[in-house]
Amino acid sequence: MKNKAKIIICETSEMLSTGLALFINSNPQLNVVAQIDSSERLKEKITTVNADILIINPAMLGSNDNFLIKGIMQDFPHLKCVALIDSYISQNIQKQFHDVIELNDSSQKVITKLTELLIKDESETHEANEDLDLSKREIDVLTAVAKGLMNKEISEQLHISIHTVISHRKNISRKTGIKSVSGLTVYALINNLIDETEVYK
Amino acid sequence: MSELISSNPRLLLMIQRFGIKLGFGDHSVEEVCIKDGVSVDLFLLICNVYSNQDYIPRPNDFEHIDMNGLIPFLLTSHIYYMDERIPHIEVHLNRIITDSQPKYGNMLKRFYEEYKKEVCKHFDYEEKTVFPYIESLRNGLVDSSYNIKFFKQNHSNIEDTLDDMMNILIKYLPGEILPKERIDISLHIMQLSSDLACHTLIEDRILIPYVESLENALR
Repeated sequence: MKNKAKIIICETSEMLSTGLALFINSNPQLNVVAQIDSSERLKEKITTVNADILIINPAMLGSNDNFLIKGIMQDFPHLKCVALIDSYISQNIQKQFHDVIELNDSSQKVITKLTELLIKDESETHEANEDLDLSKREIDVLTAVAKGLMNKEISEQLHISIHTVISHRKNISRKTGIKSVSGLTVYALINNLIDETEVYK
Repeated sequence: MSELISSNPRLLLMIQRFGIKLGFGDHSVEEVCIKDGVSVDLFLLICNVYSNQDYIPRPNDFEHIDMNGLIPFLLTSHIYYMDERIPHIEVHLNRIITDSQPKYGNMLKRFYEEYKKEVCKHFDYEEKTVFPYIESLRNGLVDSSYNIKFFKQNHSNIEDTLDDMMNILIKYLPGEILPKERIDISLHIMQLSSDLACHTLIEDRILIPYVESLENALR
């Protein structure tokens, strides 16, 4: 990181927000550029300060904001989203974030988490920037899944390990947003990767 | 009661399954529950889980709450999904199916048929295996061949496939096919998906811990 990383903290409790900012600013590479107490116009804010990291308390997001974080991540692919957790937050929500800061994390731990995120960012930028198109190998796997083959059969047919099949499948679901086999079949049909006659025998 | 509903209108879906009748005027939650024969504590417990996905009841809560209504409530919910919501979405879907090319029509039809089977299987397992097991536990009988752990570990969610369907309808089906219908059906799917998510939460946060406490008491 050549420049200081710019961080936004979004948290209703001034005490938490300011305390965390103190922790973070003690590291010369990190800089809290904004502390806000509402998720309104969050995207605007991120654009104005050109933030690298967003730290946000998921408890502030109402049930209608489920897609807010996902949306932010899509709009700002370089931005790292970190959850600040001060109450029980379900795993499903935590999973959406790149990392999680908990109330009893030490200042060192917070800084390590944040700096590691930034390092990861630099090494993985190329991969992360790939658009959501499937790779050729992923298309092979997708086609096989759509035809109803099991992981083991796919691994034999494509001469790859089952582990690789599984990791391709994970990436396919991440890229397409479709998890179920029947959903993937429909996706493959719509995109003319397979023919109707191949699936529904 | 009316304040409760206006604070979270989604509860309307749930009070109906409790057998609570509309037209409660300005009566309190307690008054309405007593009138319709519903345990107030159980009702509030489910309201809490329904309204706040991070709400976790304390294990000893169950000791003081009349849990008789829990399984009937879950059963009524199953019937509501199977007999009302899922067919309702199907009616909308059929309109899309008949008006689009057979290629798309057929695959959507297949997809939904498979989804119905998945849900059916899920509910069937609960109704034929899990609920009877719980009923016998409640009567003090320990069936050592089954344990709620099996259910806990394999309790899949049935919303994922609905989310897939949303993605297909919104992102992947070519744009010119019945956009109005697709938006309409998407709203119904979203509502069902979030309602099913609450249903799963009720089973994970209330049913499973409750049964665990029953098991512990009997062993």
